Amino acid sequence: MSILVDENSRVVVQGITGREGQFHTRQMLNYNTVVAAGVTPGKGGETVEGVPVFNTVRQAVAQEGVNVSCIFVPPHFAADAIIDAASAGIDVIVCITEGIPILDMVKVAGFLRTRKSVLIGPNCPGVISPGKTKVGIMPGAIHKRGPMAVISRSGTLTYEVVDQLTRVGLGQSTCIGIGGDPLIGTSFIDLLKRFKVDDETEGVVLIGEIGGTAEEKAADYIKRRFNKPVIAFIAGQTAPPGRRMGHAGAIISGGQGKAEDKIKALKNAGIKVAMDLGKLGETAYEVMKKARSA
Amino acid sequence: MKLHEYQAKDIFLKSGIPIPNGQLVTGAEQANKVTQIINGPPWVVKAQIHAGGRGKAGGVKLVQYPYEVVKTTESMLETPLKTAQTGPEGVKVNQVLIEERVEVDSEFYLGMVVDRDTACPTMLFSQAGGTEIEVKAARSSSVIKKEHIDPVSGWMPHYARNLLYTLDPPPPPGAMPGLMSVMAHVYKIFMSLDCSLVEINPLVFTKDRKVYALDAKITLDSNALFRQKELLELEDTREKDPLELMAEKYHLNYIRLDGNIGAMVNGAGLAMATMDVIKLAGAEPANFLDVGGGANEDMITTGIEIILKDERVEAILINIFGGILRCDVLARGVLAAAKKTKIDLPLIVRLEGTNMEEGRKILEDSELKFLVAKDLSEAAALVSKQVKG
Repeated sequence: MSILVDENSRVVVQGITGREGQFHTRQMLNYNTVVAAGVTPGKGGETVEGVPVFNTVRQAVAQEGVNVSCIFVPPHFAADAIIDAASAGIDVIVCITEGIPILDMVKVAGFLRTRKSVLIGPNCPGVISPGKTKVGIMPGAIHKRGPMAVISRSGTLTYEVVDQLTRVGLGQSTCIGIGGDPLIGTSFIDLLKRFKVDDETEGVVLIGEIGGTAEEKAADYIKRRFNKPVIAFIAGQTAPPGRRMGHAGAIISGGQGKAEDKIKALKNAGIKVAMDLGKLGETAYEVMKKARSA
Repeated sequence: MKLHEYQAKDIFLKSGIPIPNGQLVTGAEQANKVTQIINGPPWVVKAQIHAGGRGKAGGVKLVQYPYEVVKTTESMLETPLKTAQTGPEGVKVNQVLIEERVEVDSEFYLGMVVDRDTACPTMLFSQAGGTEIEVKAARSSSVIKKEHIDPVSGWMPHYARNLLYTLDPPPPPGAMPGLMSVMAHVYKIFMSLDCSLVEINPLVFTKDRKVYALDAKITLDSNALFRQKELLELEDTREKDPLELMAEKYHLNYIRLDGNIGAMVNGAGLAMATMDVIKLAGAEPANFLDVGGGANEDMITTGIEIILKDERVEAILINIFGGILRCDVLARGVLAAAKKTKIDLPLIVRLEGTNMEEGRKILEDSELKFLVAKDLSEAAALVSKQVKG
């Protein structure tokens, strides 16, 4: 198994006619992702890489039976695109777009409370279940199917970690970038709950960063409810307070969101925290070896 | 984007939040005239900078005589203001706000932000208004009351009642209507101007039974400025680091730090982690620089130029995990920078991911001197070696 997406996912790319939408549609198709439809308002009837384009997500659902969306539309229109997908009954909405106004996300979050759709992101690299499907912008080649789940607030940092895992022989069940914004659709805990009951997943790598208290909350959940080994890494130990470190959500403010507090909370929960990013793969290997022999 | 106090107070005044009478000045002569228009003595003289912590640092002064208003204004404009939030060099004060003084009966703190956990606009209220609210709040979280505003309902007066009637002791009865009105206006401003922060500290009830915002802080959501165009002209970039300004122009995420190892990375998380790696190797990061996922050759070139302009930098680490950003694009950008500005500092390059072989070859075939790290651990070791000489 894997979580959220697999070989049966039928993907609609929202913003498929844009530069990024087109490029990544090609990349996803190369990974054997079933990209069944695209949506760009006003471009219905065209095709991109052989994929039919519709004017609305509702049409794409009706005609092509899509159930997963990948959003590349510019930030001004992204809230509309997410709500369009949720209204049309899409199960998993992956929003890659960076720079969505926070009050737009307040609206989106309020809307999604009464809908069944799961939103991943925004401002994220997407979701990949290696060997099955890739819904997002991550380089597919560094991934390998296997027992490790990866949950991360970052993009390229996740690639770094996945690459190291693959090199030490630890493949991945599903890797999810949950996004670098202050308001995101899905939290560490939401996903840990899914990985807890996923047979293929034997261990989890959790990659956090400064800002907010999501890692502290995850640590608390893991301590009380989670039954698989977790290896964590927190970026931003040298980040100054009060500055936004690239990601809108990566800011230490009012004494909250420091790396040291997150590391402490994770360690207190009995989680192995890798301090040296260069050795994260090795660390994960050791932890999993120990867990398997136990 | 941060607004100055006087700009935020203009917005308050237009929306119906009472503020003391005041006038902005940029020179001593103007200050003298202002004492004839604004009620006094006494007068309050306030340095206009974006950083907080002004009160404790001497950026807010109560003065009794017109000549003191002039003198205080002059000295504020002359000497950079150092507060707990400005850094050691302080910030040059370009503008001063001169206000009438109001007689305070009680002080409150009122703030509004978006709460990350509930995804709701959230109002914060406290009786511990005045200086050092951050310190008081850190000591006890119950000092500040929170009320989440459901975006479906929008503002409703009961949100204000929930905040006000749980205070012990409750605010003076005469203050209630005024406080409730300010709260409603703050919510309206927050939502209509796409704010990420609105803060009034202190919000006061005066001895003549009126409610005033004595201070005003507004931060706008930079991501929403495309639909707040009339607010763009309020931007004052004079307090920003010149290198950070240059980076902003090229859409590079750059933050200047105090260290000696410059770093250029793609992706914010990896850039932060690379700073941590530099520190772990026994050096100090000179900057955070995330060139972003879709950087082009020009952006890479500018990134290198910015790092080279920082005189404290003794070596440069380029750490790229190519995804959308291809390693060959990175390599060409570095070479273009080397052509424009001579790179005579040790350069450590770690390339991984999309088109990494092509990128490495472009660098190897050039005249550029650089050290190759095959992975992050090796990059760290090379940095460490540079520092130790």
